[in-house]
Amino acid sequence: MERRFVDNLPPMDLMRSEKMTSVQLIIPVESAHRAVSYLGEVGLLQFRDLNADKSPFQRTFVNQVKRCAEMSRKLRFFKDQISKASLLSSAHPVIQSDIELEELERRLAEHENELMEMNANGEKLRLSYNELLEFKLVLQKAVGFLVSSGSHAVSERELDENVYSKDDYVETASLLEQEMRSGRSDQSGLRFISGIICKSKVLRFERILFRATRGNMLFNQASADEEIMDPVSSEMVEKTVFVVFFSGEQAKTKILKICEAFGANFYPVPEDITKQRQITREVSSRLGELEATLDAGMRHRNKALASINIHLAKWISMVRREKAVYDILNMLNFDVTKKCLVGEGWCPIFAKNQIQAALQRATFDSNSQVGIIFHVMDAVESPPTYFRTNKFTNAFQEIVDAYGVARYQEANPSVYTVVTFPFLFAVMFGDWGHGICLLLGALVLIARESKLGTRKLGSFMEMLYGGRYVLLLMSLFSIYCGLIYNEFFSVPFHIFGGSAYKCRETSCGDAKTTGLVKYQDPYPFGVDPSWRGSRSELPFLNSLKMKMSILLGVAQMNLGIILSYFNGRFFGSSLDIRYQFVPQMIFLNSLFGYLSLLIITKWCTGSQADLYHVIIYMFLSPTDDLGENQLFWGQRPLQIILLLLALIAVPWMLFPKPFILKRLHTERFQGRTYGILGTSEMDLEVEPDSERLHYEDFNFSEVFVHQMIHSIEFVLGAVSNTASYLRLWALSLAHSELSTVFYEKVLLLAWGYDNIIIRLVGLAVFAFATAFILLMMETLSAFLHALRLHWVEFQNKFYHGDGYKFRPFSFTTLTEDED
Amino acid sequence: MYGFEALTFNVHAGYLEAIVRGHRAGLLTAADYNNLCQCETLDDIKMHLSATEYGPYLQNEPSPLHTTTIVEKCTLKLVEDYKHMLCQATEPLSTFLEYITYGHMIDNVVLIVTGTLHERDVQELLEKCHPLGMFDSIATLAVAQNMRELYRLVLVDTPLAPYFSECITSEDLDDMNIEIMRNTLYKAYLEDFYRFCQKLGGATAEIMSDLLSFEADRRAVNISINSIGTELTRDDRKKLYSNFGLLHPYGHEELAVCEDIDQVRGVMEKYPPYQSIFSKLSYGESQMLDKAFYEEEVKRLCLAFEQQFHYGVFFAYMRLREQEIRNLMWISECVAQNQKSRVHDSVVFIF
Repeated sequence: MERRFVDNLPPMDLMRSEKMTSVQLIIPVESAHRAVSYLGEVGLLQFRDLNADKSPFQRTFVNQVKRCAEMSRKLRFFKDQISKASLLSSAHPVIQSDIELEELERRLAEHENELMEMNANGEKLRLSYNELLEFKLVLQKAVGFLVSSGSHAVSERELDENVYSKDDYVETASLLEQEMRSGRSDQSGLRFISGIICKSKVLRFERILFRATRGNMLFNQASADEEIMDPVSSEMVEKTVFVVFFSGEQAKTKILKICEAFGANFYPVPEDITKQRQITREVSSRLGELEATLDAGMRHRNKALASINIHLAKWISMVRREKAVYDILNMLNFDVTKKCLVGEGWCPIFAKNQIQAALQRATFDSNSQVGIIFHVMDAVESPPTYFRTNKFTNAFQEIVDAYGVARYQEANPSVYTVVTFPFLFAVMFGDWGHGICLLLGALVLIARESKLGTRKLGSFMEMLYGGRYVLLLMSLFSIYCGLIYNEFFSVPFHIFGGSAYKCRETSCGDAKTTGLVKYQDPYPFGVDPSWRGSRSELPFLNSLKMKMSILLGVAQMNLGIILSYFNGRFFGSSLDIRYQFVPQMIFLNSLFGYLSLLIITKWCTGSQADLYHVIIYMFLSPTDDLGENQLFWGQRPLQIILLLLALIAVPWMLFPKPFILKRLHTERFQGRTYGILGTSEMDLEVEPDSERLHYEDFNFSEVFVHQMIHSIEFVLGAVSNTASYLRLWALSLAHSELSTVFYEKVLLLAWGYDNIIIRLVGLAVFAFATAFILLMMETLSAFLHALRLHWVEFQNKFYHGDGYKFRPFSFTTLTEDED
Repeated sequence: MYGFEALTFNVHAGYLEAIVRGHRAGLLTAADYNNLCQCETLDDIKMHLSATEYGPYLQNEPSPLHTTTIVEKCTLKLVEDYKHMLCQATEPLSTFLEYITYGHMIDNVVLIVTGTLHERDVQELLEKCHPLGMFDSIATLAVAQNMRELYRLVLVDTPLAPYFSECITSEDLDDMNIEIMRNTLYKAYLEDFYRFCQKLGGATAEIMSDLLSFEADRRAVNISINSIGTELTRDDRKKLYSNFGLLHPYGHEELAVCEDIDQVRGVMEKYPPYQSIFSKLSYGESQMLDKAFYEEEVKRLCLAFEQQFHYGVFFAYMRLREQEIRNLMWISECVAQNQKSRVHDSVVFIF
């Protein structure tokens, strides 16, 4: 009867992971590439690496992988160049027919050579341009020095030579120059070098010059008016023009060497003014020419880059796909004849036809004589877990997977998490004002889904975006719970009619001390609004929320244990049902199920019984008379029976299972010493998993200890987990108290003043506190607590979570960071 | 605070210690070397390295690779690690980190001076310098004609200046003098570093004194072997030995009078830690000595990671990385020159 009922339950897609099968592919070499790329488009086959022991460069298709890496390097180079030239990436890539990889490789190489050549030419031009520009700057500035010192010199011509020996070098300098001016053609040995150097190096340059010539030099500098582009980093650099006056041949070689070491360029400046003018003119005209050439070159280069840019996105994705295909091909094995590639992997059973069709298409398209063989085979290891999710259920599945990926085909808690998770969150976050704020946020995220989905978001936004549907449900449930708690930013509203209570007096001054009197039917939905601030508020809400937490907790834990029954049934292990599920059910329900029964009875009958007393004395003296705490007839014998059941349930879940396992083991292997030989050959008729799994060593003490730990954990957990659900009450209380504080102590206090500024400040503080503390931090904490309740209290009843995820080879999952 | 490093160490250096231990975990393992030794071309090496921490540095290199590119890029990684750590470091760790580079600085100075002596192009020489030992006015070294000028012009601004005080002579620079200068500088540097570590105290002093003593002793042995048959007098030779280390002072006395390599061996075998090194060598052989010393050094450097709360890990990491880069260079050279049988001659496995 029961069996038929369970079998007739409608199938749930999410409840069990997809049925997987291990498959083997035998692909002729000529169609291998096409087949794998078609499979990548289907995206439902996970390949197993059959060459795990080989290093990457010993694999078959290493050369192709290398070529792809080389191409993606070139593409990165183009991308870099394009972003340097600050061209916008084209939003609408042109649709063009697929080109072959070889063709692409050729074109990429062409483009790269072209670009390199252009860059080299540009650099050369830029270099000579820089040189001329520097020359021009030096001419401009140095002439200034020479002329000014020249005019100086005329007036100081009479100065004696003995000034020379003075260390004061400003004077010496002018004298030197004077002499140089006067005797520019004679061999007095005074010369100068003019040049240009990076501004950041000037100080050190001057210092070294000073040291090298022992102070026998004069250093003049002026910063250049224009910045010059550094050809290597293509950044603008500030430069300084300098003129060094010195004497002697040795000093000259030294100074030239130092100039070279500092990367300073020196340019000859003629002393004759007419000559200077002439050279300046020449330089300027040549500069103009060069500038025009440079501009033309830049335009040409930009045009070339733009033409690359159109195809870039397509090329990048194409190369990425090719690389992925070759990576997969590298995971395949060559068979003996070297004519076929053998691949193994996992695929969901429903996808078999799809895959077969893709393979046939590949055979047809590549004109192969031999078809691709695709067949199911046995596998020793357990299959991967694959849930088909949509954008709504995905986030909930992620929440469960974050704890552990489900074992193959075990009951998936995310089916229930979809509802229970936002609901438990809302129990802690019950405020319909805050709920509406969350709802608006969630709606914004959902409305802009398509826009946000394509963009790269920050890690925080990414998280919000990923959980947008969780957020939506959480906010809807908090509006619901907020209506029950009757809180709107902690303010109660008379939505569902008038309150059932009124004050004893008209002034209502004693509401806080003596309480209210009831004068009409109870408030129809949720908490009565008049209770806010009255004497009965906290005792009533605490009692309500605490009991509600226990009821919710017991219900969820029962669900967890029931799921373990479904697991046991599904995997055909009656042992787990009889010796684990049944005693667990009995234990939990005889204690906490009974407590829930008492709570509900008390609510329904309005009895004054003290439930603490009932439960405590149920253990301490179960035979005593309950007195006024009796809720219903026959309570005492029921309690005794439940207590006995609970006591029996503990050894029931502890002892039988390991002993039965041991007996089964010995029975199975009696006289099997010879049998093993027979099955060592592949025997396809025997069902694979019943055969292989039981060859494992059976270690009784290990099994027993494991069972003991499990039982102790369950028995203690029944108490501690129930207590853990009280966090629902605690957090909900904290949330409502916190919002009350902000409302009363900030907003109402500020509103009490008749001053617009104080009111505004109060409003601002209230808004800030609501947004950051109540909406962000409280949401986070309630989220985390709901997470814990699911991961620990709910899932430890049935969930193993030791599976591994199905990772199909699919082009859609290839991302940029795989490069 | 001596002996209480655990209490305060993490305040300033905890983050960096974590970083450096993370870097150490990225060093190539024996399995990596085995794979690398099987490579057929330099592209294979690049492919294998792309899965390691060197990956991002090599990925944008165009395909006909050269050994120099590989070494350059690997060194670049080391330099960037170092610079990152130096930026984050506070006193005295930052000084400690700077000390690590002085050795390279000395090598660079010597390289440039020797190069200019043989009239090589300065730019070419600069490219050969180790990037960790670069300083601002290094190119100006080419100007100097003798030691005094070298000091007065350039080195006075660098941290090497105090080490130079011992070798200022107006002698012209020649190969012999430069070599002496290198060793004098190195001796002064090691002694200074040793003193600094002793001043730091605690586990740093303990571990660094072991590592630096080993370094000093190795240099002493190398100086002795290299100066056999040159005109260097015994006293001059003795002056080049550092004033600490296991061999100081009695071993130095004996080393100073050695006339051939077997005498050096005789001296060294009296010291148990070095016995094992020399027992691997056959008599009269000095070719494999370097490798034996490197192996011993790597062993000691790895041991530095066994203890926490000291600066030795930074020194050890830098040295291990350098050894790794030497290994990579050797492997790449062997692969490039088709000498794969000799791959194992000079590779020192780190783990």
